[in-house]
Amino acid sequence: MHIEVTDKTIDAWTVIKEYENSHPELAGAHGANVVFLGRMRDFNESESVSEMELEHYPGMTEKFLDGIAKKAMQQWDILDVLVVHRVGRIKLADTIVLVTVWAAHRAHAYEANQFIMEALKSKAPFWKKETLTDGKTRWVEKNTPGKVQG
Amino acid sequence: MSIQVKFFASMREQVGKPEALVDAKDAGLTALKVWQQATGQEKLDSNVLIAVNMEYVNKDQLVSDGDEVAFFPPVTGG
Repeated sequence: MHIEVTDKTIDAWTVIKEYENSHPELAGAHGANVVFLGRMRDFNESESVSEMELEHYPGMTEKFLDGIAKKAMQQWDILDVLVVHRVGRIKLADTIVLVTVWAAHRAHAYEANQFIMEALKSKAPFWKKETLTDGKTRWVEKNTPGKVQG
Repeated sequence: MSIQVKFFASMREQVGKPEALVDAKDAGLTALKVWQQATGQEKLDSNVLIAVNMEYVNKDQLVSDGDEVAFFPPVTGG
């Protein structure tokens, strides 16, 4: 299990490959690897967004993410969890978050990944400040729902 | 003998400072009282999130000397 908060670009597939290389016990043991990548859009609340700044609460963020990853490890039959979250200045299409779960079978991997992502979205202390294409800045006030509505 | 107070994101801008120190000599000091002493603002909006020593609590949580108390808006990560 590994949790990381970084101000550097996340090259998701390289991060996953390097993690698997350093954890050879996963090879053969897992039949499912569910990967969620959150990326930066160019629109929000009907306005065009050009970039954003992501702030966090150092210490609490890592503690919270570690707690939800451990809870997922206990609650589902999964082998390993990797969470990497970006902070600082973020450009369009950059990866903001990577959540990946390895399991013997897909059902547990899917559910654990969604659990971690929804807990992160609703409780992990990160805040986005968007810069709009007209140069104005604004704090994002809420996240979109994680389940399909209606 | 003090409590370290932190404000994040829009809360830091609204309060006008990232940090504050509150005297911890009062018995029965709650997170709400820490907010009032640190900001001079009576009212704490119900959507403000509070953490003591990096764990979520409610406004009635008792705090003591050496604690770190943080106030911040709804989170928007991921």
